[in-house]
Amino acid sequence: MLKPTEVLEKDFLDTRCMLLEIAAMLDRLDAAAQREQTPAAAEDPRLQQIHQALQLLTERETTADRVERLLHLFSEKD
Amino acid sequence: MQIIQPHYHGIARTAQDYQRMAMAGVVAVAEPAFWAGFDRKYPETFIDYFRQISEFEPTRAAQYGIRHFCWVAVNPKEAENPPLSYEVLKHMPEFFDKPNVLGVGEIGFHKTTRNEEEIFEAQIEMALKHNQLILIHTPHLQDKVRGTRRTLEVLAHMKVDPARVWIDHIEEHTIRAPLDAGYWVGFTLYPITKCSPKRAVDMLEHYGSQRILVNSSADWGPSDPFTLQECILEFRRRGHSLQEALEIFHNNPCRFLGQNPKFDIQPIRVQHEN
Repeated sequence: MLKPTEVLEKDFLDTRCMLLEIAAMLDRLDAAAQREQTPAAAEDPRLQQIHQALQLLTERETTADRVERLLHLFSEKD
Repeated sequence: MQIIQPHYHGIARTAQDYQRMAMAGVVAVAEPAFWAGFDRKYPETFIDYFRQISEFEPTRAAQYGIRHFCWVAVNPKEAENPPLSYEVLKHMPEFFDKPNVLGVGEIGFHKTTRNEEEIFEAQIEMALKHNQLILIHTPHLQDKVRGTRRTLEVLAHMKVDPARVWIDHIEEHTIRAPLDAGYWVGFTLYPITKCSPKRAVDMLEHYGSQRILVNSSADWGPSDPFTLQECILEFRRRGHSLQEALEIFHNNPCRFLGQNPKFDIQPIRVQHEN
């Protein structure tokens, strides 16, 4: 099992890369909306899910079940 | 589609790469001189390395119908050792006469130190004296912004023609200044630590295709020559035409590298019968 600093050493660059891809996708969405002169799909439930997911990931005081909670967020509701 | 891979480190790759690149449309590669993964002790090691990329590597590529060109230089990381660098620099002009050597590169900064800057300037002076093209590496990750800024400051006080200088490994936070100053810029498609194919297409859509080169810089580390084809696929999936793709992935390398007459591959245009 890894120590906390080892997790960061191993996964920091991968995580940085994934964050950049998320930022790029949101920029792409804004640029497309600007080109088409339409709102940036703000009402689209998929974009709302993404924003909710990002909010969940920024919680500092939380439990180590973020993946499970994200998967529930992206699941069909009963 | 015909593709030129303008930054590729063939000595670190297998023949299978050449075979697959040929099957995937690559007609030419250009190989800058780079860091071997460890710091070399002897100038002769560099000289043999330059012989390898200027004499032997073209024969490997030719087996698969790929034209091979190269650059010679002391790379930014080993430029931290000026005595060794100056010994290597003495021999570099011998290679400018080789039929596939296009210029001086990749040079520039790694940690943006005084030693690196001294050797960077010496190599720019040598390129200018021998009328060679210049290929500049910009630093990795957290060192990129400072190193790119200092690169532009160094170039500004030397009499370089920006149209003959390619500043590579550019990303979203470093692209504006070099483009505005008239330099060519390169996007390097690395799986994790540089630019992704999707982000490269985003930048192409935002900044247009003029004076932009896209490459995989495949080497001995985590890298993949086929990120270039991934980028082309992403570009085409977004609705851009075949000719627009050719302009970026074939014709732009012809335009920049073709400033050295040894690079004789011409830009191509799609023409339909009738």
